[in-house]
Amino acid sequence: MISWATAAPAVTAAFLASLVEVVEAFTIVLAVATVRGWRPALTGTGAGLALLVVLVLALGPLLDQVPLHALQLVIGVLLLLFGLRWLRKAILRSAGVLALHDEAKAFAAEEKSLQEAERRQDAHLDWIAGITAFKAVVLEGLEVVFIVVAVGAGRGLLVPAAIGALAACVLVLLIGVLVHKPLARVPENTLKFGVGIMLSAFGVFWTGEGLGVDWPGRDLAILAFAVIFLLVGLVTVKLAARPAVETRA
Amino acid sequence: MSILTLILRELVGMFIDDEFLAIAILAVVAVAAVISIWLAAPQILVGGVLLIGCVAVVMASALRASRKDRKI
Repeated sequence: MISWATAAPAVTAAFLASLVEVVEAFTIVLAVATVRGWRPALTGTGAGLALLVVLVLALGPLLDQVPLHALQLVIGVLLLLFGLRWLRKAILRSAGVLALHDEAKAFAAEEKSLQEAERRQDAHLDWIAGITAFKAVVLEGLEVVFIVVAVGAGRGLLVPAAIGALAACVLVLLIGVLVHKPLARVPENTLKFGVGIMLSAFGVFWTGEGLGVDWPGRDLAILAFAVIFLLVGLVTVKLAARPAVETRA
Repeated sequence: MSILTLILRELVGMFIDDEFLAIAILAVVAVAAVISIWLAAPQILVGGVLLIGCVAVVMASALRASRKDRKI
């Protein structure tokens, strides 16, 4: 029986990370539906989801064949690459070095590109619209699959992590159906900051376990690492946001 | 660009964005592995190298990017 204390970090990380990815995919699918109707949007989405299911069913059983320490090490290193990349980007966005991701802008850009294709009277427009939705679902979905596997596979938490991701999908769909607009009010950078911190903490934990480190406090070490990454992230935002004049002086 | 190429590019992009960050993370893990496997260092030291190394790497990478941005 998995305790809530063990599963909570994996479920939360999978939920929050998936929320960011699903919002991005939803924005593009909605743009396709707005310009070309729901048929190509849903066809592309369905095909994308089917490909993801095939990938999970084909590759999932391979995880059981890998020795636990090797699996923890590989997943830990991939989590470090993935999580620290997210954290770095969130730090730079919070510091004003990079522009914030804007769902309304992404929606408008996708809508414009499809409308231009419509003006060119492209004969294959439904096909293009379907492929656009398919690509969005596959590309963002791959990140969701990786996050679920990464936070769940090392400790037999795949099911709780998958439930976290599924909850994010359901939540975005429900809100999307209700508001029928891109979900521009989601505080994406704050979410990415939080998720980057959690995934980096998981990454340090799994990589250490893979190298044979027996962390003091066991799973509680993940929370301690998260606090350290949070503090370092906040300090780095302050340092990176210093005005140009200060550094040149 | 074919969809397969796009998916492969996205897969690589999921893990590698800033080359300095990716190489530095792999270097930290390599150092931790070397002191753990070949030098049989205490576990707490291996864990410390991993944690402090990752913290230092993300800080350095972000500050490096912000300095580069100011120069532009």
